[in-house]
Amino acid sequence: MTTSERNVVLHVDDVSKNFGGLHALSDIDLEVEEGQTHAIIGPNGAGKSTLLNVIIGRLAPSSGAVVFDGQVLTGRKPHQINQLGVARVFQTPEIFPELTVLQNVMVPAFAKRDGAFRVNILRNVAGEAALRDEAEAIIEDVGLSDRRLSHAGSLSRGDKRRMELAMCLIQHPRLLLLDEPTAGMSRHDTNTTIDLLKKIKARGMTKVIIEHDMHVVFSLADKISVLSGGRIIAEGLPDDVRGNIKVQEAYLGGAHRLEATH
Amino acid sequence: MALFQLSRRDALILAIFALVVITMPVWTAPFGANYPGLMQKFAIYAIFAIGFNILFGLTGYLSFGHAAFLGVGSYTAVWSFKLLTMDALPALLFAVLISGLFALAIGFLSLRRSGIYFSILTRAFAQMSYNLAYSVLTPITNGETSLQLTLQDPRLIDLALAPRGAGLPTASLFGMSLSGLSGFYFCAVVLLIAFFFAQKVFASPFGMMLRGIKSNQMRMSYTGFNTRPYALTAFVISGMYAGLAGALLAVTDPLAGAERMQWTASGEVVLMTILGGVGTLIGPVIGAWLIKYFENIFSSFNEGILGRFFDFVPAPLHDTVVAIASKFVGEGWQLTLGLLFVLVVVFLPGGIMEGVRRIGALFRRRGSPPKAGAMRVQPAE
Repeated sequence: MTTSERNVVLHVDDVSKNFGGLHALSDIDLEVEEGQTHAIIGPNGAGKSTLLNVIIGRLAPSSGAVVFDGQVLTGRKPHQINQLGVARVFQTPEIFPELTVLQNVMVPAFAKRDGAFRVNILRNVAGEAALRDEAEAIIEDVGLSDRRLSHAGSLSRGDKRRMELAMCLIQHPRLLLLDEPTAGMSRHDTNTTIDLLKKIKARGMTKVIIEHDMHVVFSLADKISVLSGGRIIAEGLPDDVRGNIKVQEAYLGGAHRLEATH
Repeated sequence: MALFQLSRRDALILAIFALVVITMPVWTAPFGANYPGLMQKFAIYAIFAIGFNILFGLTGYLSFGHAAFLGVGSYTAVWSFKLLTMDALPALLFAVLISGLFALAIGFLSLRRSGIYFSILTRAFAQMSYNLAYSVLTPITNGETSLQLTLQDPRLIDLALAPRGAGLPTASLFGMSLSGLSGFYFCAVVLLIAFFFAQKVFASPFGMMLRGIKSNQMRMSYTGFNTRPYALTAFVISGMYAGLAGALLAVTDPLAGAERMQWTASGEVVLMTILGGVGTLIGPVIGAWLIKYFENIFSSFNEGILGRFFDFVPAPLHDTVVAIASKFVGEGWQLTLGLLFVLVVVFLPGGIMEGVRRIGALFRRRGSPPKAGAMRVQPAE
């Protein structure tokens, strides 16, 4: 491996995960290069979300390890992994429903600025102009400006996803994990999100994305890994994967969806 | 200076609140509640509830054991009176410190669990504290006879300055006696300081993080926050408030008994907070005042007073009405309180403050004709 060409920032090293007798993941090896968008696709139950949960520290792997930028993530707590620069968008939006959109986006900014724990009783949130301006700019990027003072719980599911994305983006993570970021969105919102993710890519943010929507995958991915039955059955550039027979078999009836995106 | 800064809205709220508290002897008169003993309790239990709300209202962790810290505060204050001086300030200071240490230990263990298990753990620790105070720790707490001042107390600082007086002394502030109305005003000033500090916590980034923990603790940890020390800090702060309230109880009446730590006292502060409005600044204060009013005034009504009150009812029904109503006053005051609590929780889950907000919204709607966009949600700041 020549580091000058391939700067691998995330390395999933021989990870397996068993739930009782069920092998959810078997011997997964994955290398994600800096600045790239790496898509993980596969049929339902292939183990995509489990893999993401192992990377982010929500699940401990049965064997193997996850290394991010030379540091082993396995065994670290979620907040430690985040503080290393890894942020995640969940499949079901994980937000603060009782807070406003603006507050939802400001909270992660405090984690970035003040670290994992800080008692700053003397400061006033209303006086944090710099953080608020940054949050408002990112809220505008995701198209939620007119809802910024609404309670997040009152947003539509698509809007919640976009807000959750803004919550991750304000931290300027080095690695962003996206679990079906466009699920439940209209075609128009999906395209807006694709544009937004392309814009982030231009800033050099590394992304791992799980997605069902092939339109999204082929619009964004630099590299695709296909997961089926807990194993990686194919890996490569988008065009290679598109023509791969094994992939079409794994998707069965889903094969035509791969074609439809030409 | 950042320490004393408040937003304009918070400063206005504090000013109005100060006015309400300072004029309490005037506006409580029509309710028959304007005697110092009760007004002192209004101030003290408001502090207890404000502090409890910093934990429960902001982080969502429901403690059923906060009376333990109230009791620790009382014992510490009485010991400060006995050993050092009758001056109130050292007593308050020691009480806040010691109850904070207790809260640190109990919170550290209890916060290893969340939800109902956290509540059960705090409840268990409070029960242990009560039993320790009642029996095992008798040398410190004087067991069931309660810790009291005696004529033989060393009072090192006081007696170095002046010879021992004839009777039992009362608590003082720089030589001013704190009994009766001056005792109330002392408690009122402490209440205003406690309220101000709560405002600072509510408006701070720290307060915002606590709200985040209540709203979605998992998101908080995936956002990079170590949530446990946040919750523990809130626990310790609220324990210190409880200790402060306990010390003030000892200032107004230098006596500390184990019953102050009983689970009913822990439950009472939960009721106060929910009744007034969880997570609001004013709500717990209103809740505390209502409950203390019911406890002291409703419980003193008897059939004679009711008979006169229902004089307008025709004779054949009069006795029946009085007989039914008498079940809800006197010894049965808790029945009325229970009914009130049920009504509030069912119809106003956000407590009395939600009712206030709804009425406010009603007036606002009537005041200005509805326009497009007028229904936009108000900012929560």
